[in-house]
Amino acid sequence: MEMIKVEDLAFEYIRRNEEGDVESINRAIDGVSLDVNKGDFIAIIGANGSGKSTLAKHINAILYPSEGTVWVNGLNTVKEENLWEIRRSAGMVFQNPDNQIIASVVEEDVGFGPENLGVPTEEIWERVETSLKAVGMLEYRAQSPNKLSGGQKQRVAIAGIMAMKPDCIVLDEPTAMLDPDGRKEVISTIQWLNQHEGITVLLITHHMDEVINADKVFVMEQGRIVMQGTPKELFSRIPEIKKYRLDVPQVTELAYELKKAGVDIPEGILFLDELVQALENLGA
Amino acid sequence: MQIVFDHVDYVYSGGTSFEKHALRDINFKIDKGEFVGLIGHTGSGKSTLIQHMNGLIKATGGKIYYNGEDIYEKNYDMRSLRSKVGLVFQYPEHQLFETTVYKDVNFGPKNLGLDKLEADLRTYEALKMVGIGEELLDASPFELSGGQKRRVAIAGILAMRPEVLILDEPTAGLDPKGRDDILDQIAKLHKESKLTIILVTHSMEDVANYVDRILVMNNGALVMDQDPRNVFARYKELEEIHLAAPQVTYVMNALREKGFPVNTEVTTVTEAKNEIIKRLKI
Repeated sequence: MEMIKVEDLAFEYIRRNEEGDVESINRAIDGVSLDVNKGDFIAIIGANGSGKSTLAKHINAILYPSEGTVWVNGLNTVKEENLWEIRRSAGMVFQNPDNQIIASVVEEDVGFGPENLGVPTEEIWERVETSLKAVGMLEYRAQSPNKLSGGQKQRVAIAGIMAMKPDCIVLDEPTAMLDPDGRKEVISTIQWLNQHEGITVLLITHHMDEVINADKVFVMEQGRIVMQGTPKELFSRIPEIKKYRLDVPQVTELAYELKKAGVDIPEGILFLDELVQALENLGA
Repeated sequence: MQIVFDHVDYVYSGGTSFEKHALRDINFKIDKGEFVGLIGHTGSGKSTLIQHMNGLIKATGGKIYYNGEDIYEKNYDMRSLRSKVGLVFQYPEHQLFETTVYKDVNFGPKNLGLDKLEADLRTYEALKMVGIGEELLDASPFELSGGQKRRVAIAGILAMRPEVLILDEPTAGLDPKGRDDILDQIAKLHKESKLTIILVTHSMEDVANYVDRILVMNNGALVMDQDPRNVFARYKELEEIHLAAPQVTYVMNALREKGFPVNTEVTTVTEAKNEIIKRLKI
């Protein structure tokens, strides 16, 4: 079944002057259609300003379509009566960890979501415990969030969403402000939730090494989806990826360059072992 | 020798229970015109180190020399040091505050007490150096893209005509295009204006592509000071201190382990390609 269905979505940012007349219209999303199945790990990549974040905000009903329709769990996002259910089932994690943590103790921050949904107190504590365990932060439950590293803060933010028992998490560049260790922590947490809890993941990122394990990748450019496919399919088309000024993991780029120079190895190599194996197979 | 650190120590909150040794016996020399990368895990002391270079933090032990002068001498002109050693903090765009791009960049030279003509001249010069076109001079800095904002912030420092430019993670949070634009721009400044550049970063790939020399910090100490080739050859040590070499270094080492006669001292994709083709004769 579809977790998210987006049909012919368009969104316009309209700028008005002091008199309220329209000054300019920026079509940030321009005819996007996509389906995300339950349990999928989806990555969206694209340069700044390509419409990725605007798209993500539609899934959480922060923005509403100018044209087209978005369904989350079969619920149309424009209908006001669906709002709470949509926000519960599709949680969102943003770039800056410091903007998302509101309480002065980790466990209270995680409990805020379910409390706000009117969950009974005892169950809130159960959920807080399960969620913190799921992101590997249980031992920090009584600490102040401002003593945590960036990666730990993002994991607390993810736990806060898990406590609302969502079906889907949308993450908008969750690792952009983190160091390499923090990035690894957050990505492996997301992968674990996807594999073990069956949470549908929609990850927006600039780091190509974070997308190689996704089920499907979408590339956005000027409000449209311009490429889509499995990571392997996508990274077989390196000139096209580069045209959109995106990165390619070094291993993939090296494999591509070797192939271009006449070395007989398969297309779309993503992992180090794959490349080494391919070169070994040549019997060199 | 432009910058000399001679047994520099720095202790936070000395004598209290919060005492922390942030720098331990740091020694190095940087020559004029060098392009140096400074890497280290979060909390290793990188930011503390660079703040010593323009006197924002005073060492608790040891000496620092700038162009042969002891910066802790009684009559040393700290103010002029700060204009010569320009420090671009992380997320410098958060420090933009004026109503137009031009005014923001103009603030620094004006504040140095230069006359209007000179300040204006330097403002134009600095904006040109970072590739911000004239059409953006009257724009609000807040309307620009992330990469543009950051370049305007760097121009604000360049307008003071520093001799040394220190950048603390100048590419954090930018998309690949924004990152390449900034790094290319910095490399150009290094080449054309002969600025000494110190680049603090987490990205080994960036360092490998641009710098001549890498300083590696761990736990307040300087643990490596070599060219990229030699630093990445020690990738196992780098991993122990939560760093890593570029992916290609791992590819070459994996090939070597499988018995391929490749030279593992490569740091970029092009070098790796040439080396594999040369050695494998395929």
